[in-house]
Amino acid sequence: MPLGAFKAALMGTAGVSVAGDVVLLHDQDYSGASEAVINSGIDSTYGEYIFKFYNINPDSSGSFTFQANATGSSTYDEYMTTTKCETNHAENDATPGFEYVAGGDQAQGTSFQSLSQAIGTGGDQSGAGELHLFNPASTTYVKHFYSEMQIHYGDVGNASCTYIGGYINTTTAIDDIKFQMSTGDFDGTIKMWGVK
Amino acid sequence: MAMTLITTNTDTPGSATDSAFTSGIDNTYKLYIFKWYDVNPGTDDVNFTFNGSTDSGSSYNVTKATTHWSAYHAEDDGYAGKGYGASQDLSDSDDGTAFQPITGGIANDADASSAGELFLFNPSNTTYVKHFYYTANSYKNDSASANTFTGGYFNTTSAIDAIVFRFTSGDFTGTIKMYGVG
Repeated sequence: MPLGAFKAALMGTAGVSVAGDVVLLHDQDYSGASEAVINSGIDSTYGEYIFKFYNINPDSSGSFTFQANATGSSTYDEYMTTTKCETNHAENDATPGFEYVAGGDQAQGTSFQSLSQAIGTGGDQSGAGELHLFNPASTTYVKHFYSEMQIHYGDVGNASCTYIGGYINTTTAIDDIKFQMSTGDFDGTIKMWGVK
Repeated sequence: MAMTLITTNTDTPGSATDSAFTSGIDNTYKLYIFKWYDVNPGTDDVNFTFNGSTDSGSSYNVTKATTHWSAYHAEDDGYAGKGYGASQDLSDSDDGTAFQPITGGIANDADASSAGELFLFNPSNTTYVKHFYYTANSYKNDSASANTFTGGYFNTTSAIDAIVFRFTSGDFTGTIKMYGVG
């Protein structure tokens, strides 16, 4: 699995750039935002970029999503082939399970890729997770990514953890990432690190 | 805690069938992380694998007990799903010293590759088994994405002092880095 608690310590969830060979490149709080665009700092400097999301709280129940732009593009519709698996467990002990979510994957699709189930809108409800993107500056290979995101599902009190894997099927460099909800706006914090 | 880059192995076609890390794995760090990207085999439909050593890389045949599962999806939407990989796990009584598959059936297309990360905990310990887990995403030879997950342990109380990555056949290109944490 992705780093989990270890990575939280490594990356400094308190928002402090840590020493060593992991460099904090982006750190922004969003409030009532329809999107979060990170279009600088994604280049050949690092072989891996890690995005972390904290306290993602939407104003309408929906999934947290992302897409990318290849160099020279501005339409956030790169081709992706992806997988999506989810675990769920309700606060009242109902519906525990683990499943492949056929409606949440893409086969050469150009949609925004969901990273979660529908996040609750309640005052204490939110989602958190991380996305790894490998060598986006490559002009030879597809761009692999995977993510893990834990959320409070809907308004029914479910813990839901989603695992996404896939690749952006282009040999053009990726230099621009956008996050947004499947519907509505969101509050939250998004950070990006480069790994030397 | 900080993560420190220790070694970068860059493999080029014909240069090597192995990407070995035979120095720097000791009691300096409690956690070692290996990250790879743009790993492209010279032979089509081969498995990317790894193993450990207790003799500085003279042999790579440490007994392991592991689990393996994956999610997969074809570009043409011809298949999708998840499953436990009974033929990709290892146990003491079932080929436990073999190389652990990371992802099977990787393509050697010009744009195909594998990327991922392996975490190895406290390899220099001489009391306990040595736990590891990894996540990877790979482009398979039938034009599909595979997201793979493995957990397990080297079932030895000897220190693990070397790690090697290789394909089941042939050489490969790619970058593999080793970091120390803590």
